[in-house]
Amino acid sequence: MSARDNILARVRKGLGLPGNIPGAERDKARAYMAEQPRGPRPTYGWGDNVARFCERSEKLGSTVDRVASLAEVPQAVARYLQSKGLPVSAVAWPTLQDMPWRTAGLEVQARAAQGSDLVGITGAFCAVAETGTLMLLSGEDTPATVSLLPETHIALVDVTRIVPGMEEAWALMKAERGTPPRAVNFVSGPSRTADIEQTIVIGAHGPYRVHVVCYG
Amino acid sequence: MLLTSSSFKRNVRRKLEDPSLQRNMKRFGGRFVEARAAVMTEVDNLEEIRVAAAAIRDRSLANLDSYLVEFEAQAQARGTQVHWAETAQDVNRILIEIARTNGVRKIVKSKSMVSEESGLNDAVAAAGMQAIETDLGEYILQLAEEPPSHIIAPAIHKSVEEVAELFSEKHHTPRQTDIPALCREAREQLRPHFLSADMGISGGNFLIAETGSVVIVTNEGNGRMVTTLPRIHVAITGIEKVLPTLNDFSTVVRLLTRSATGQSITNYVSMLTGPRQEGDHDGPEQSHIILVDSGRSRLLGTELQQALRCIRCGACMNHCPVYQNIGGHAYGWVYPGPIGAVLTPSYVGLENALDLPQASTLCGACQVVCPVKIPLPELMRVLREKSFSQGLRPWHERWSIVLWRTAASHPRLYAGLTRLAVRLLRRLGGKDRLLHRLPGLDGWTEGRDMPAPSGQTFRELYRKRKS
Repeated sequence: MSARDNILARVRKGLGLPGNIPGAERDKARAYMAEQPRGPRPTYGWGDNVARFCERSEKLGSTVDRVASLAEVPQAVARYLQSKGLPVSAVAWPTLQDMPWRTAGLEVQARAAQGSDLVGITGAFCAVAETGTLMLLSGEDTPATVSLLPETHIALVDVTRIVPGMEEAWALMKAERGTPPRAVNFVSGPSRTADIEQTIVIGAHGPYRVHVVCYG
Repeated sequence: MLLTSSSFKRNVRRKLEDPSLQRNMKRFGGRFVEARAAVMTEVDNLEEIRVAAAAIRDRSLANLDSYLVEFEAQAQARGTQVHWAETAQDVNRILIEIARTNGVRKIVKSKSMVSEESGLNDAVAAAGMQAIETDLGEYILQLAEEPPSHIIAPAIHKSVEEVAELFSEKHHTPRQTDIPALCREAREQLRPHFLSADMGISGGNFLIAETGSVVIVTNEGNGRMVTTLPRIHVAITGIEKVLPTLNDFSTVVRLLTRSATGQSITNYVSMLTGPRQEGDHDGPEQSHIILVDSGRSRLLGTELQQALRCIRCGACMNHCPVYQNIGGHAYGWVYPGPIGAVLTPSYVGLENALDLPQASTLCGACQVVCPVKIPLPELMRVLREKSFSQGLRPWHERWSIVLWRTAASHPRLYAGLTRLAVRLLRRLGGKDRLLHRLPGLDGWTEGRDMPAPSGQTFRELYRKRKS
């Protein structure tokens, strides 16, 4: 017998189930997965998803900007980079390559990020109000490295795509994409560590700064 | 990992007499407790969510074989290669095989406690490959050649001065004691490794059966690096980590991060499903998962099955008065604290970790804070009973219990003996009414005096009061 069969047989024996491989119980398990029950949610409420998202993002150490439309985003990004004294050249998701970055004075390359890139600009599949979290799906035009390797991550969030909780984010992913992509990354603020003396330090291996621009 | 749980008492003595450990535990140990308490108040229906999370974990375990097979089918459909490891040694063998087949020389690792179980790093080094820990705490310990002392804050026993010394010595850089500067130093040391490694190894906080995915819950970003940049990703995790659905995960993660670090969510929650897809410009070309039994299936169907609900938050150790005083190394294996006192004897054999279930006052703090309601004190009691009934306790302890049982089941004998004892102890207590030594029970009086009894038993006092 293979290691797999041995383990499954031991599991079934321990659980007091007959035979060596799952039979009728597997249908039960499938039925549960198909049913998709949702667990209890924290009952604290908040009025507006956008306001909640922005408030929680800031609490996580991100900075937040709000503009009226996507057209205003390049200017807002340029403003942020200049105010922080950061380079005005960036790497961005290919989905964002047609935006008027150049007119805002930005040098933007649409590709996956490399170790030397300092600023990365991404969109977001959606965002979660409860925790102030971005949901990023990897893909051909949304490479995962752009939100990871640069020291500064700028995320553009469409306010109509801010959902209350993680459960709604998964539902949206299933509805629009069917199955998950290679990587789903929930990002909640700049990377951090507390591994030395339990002292929180912002900026570990990932970005030091996360700047969220909400538009719409 | 080298198992030293059988010399627990000796380990404890050493740790209690280690001034730097004592200072560090007192200085940093309480921060997790405060952080958790602060963030838990955010959730007004905490108990309801805990009950639901425990039920989710119970459901996963009660149908573990079905969910594992579902997970496997979904993962394979997405191109992940699923490996099964019966023992810790199998984990190392399988991993080295994958590495050799693919000509791997350099491996970057994010934190995996399961890989500590099998001593993976040593095995990899012996096979002529380099494995670099990239979680800051684990990296510090790899440089110091020490095992982790906490499951989520592995280097909690080290002070900034010790880290400064270590970095300066190993990196050949000027000594600096500024914590952010040390973090940047580690980042700069490790970044080239992320970019040049052939293989990334991660643990897995959860496996999702409905999608065949591995979820990792992290803060530093190194978990994302090792699962994104190298051409091969291998996740190593225990078979008990499976959850049926993404909704189940959403419920459980609300408790995991709050219980662990006091965060309402960690910086990164990454769900990985298969290797890079058609058209992708990043992500590994190969994705593997090693599902590890190594003693876990043995707990199923016993009272100890409840321990498999564990989601590895570390709250039980953070709140344990024993852990707070001795630190994690004294427990002598991968998992310290109350959960370690239950898992270690279960995984490595009770006879090899005999004193761990005794390392508790049964105060119950661990059970109170456990997000999935594992009755840890009760499980430690189960193991204590087992060690007695299997004749594993030392002779004097067994005989004391036999004598106690005889006395306690004969009321007259009990009354007589206790009357005698309290009178004797009162006399021994002398003028200051304190017992400085109890022959044969030195452990109790070594560090403190025991107040002498008043000279009358409870029954005598009760009778007097009634009349």
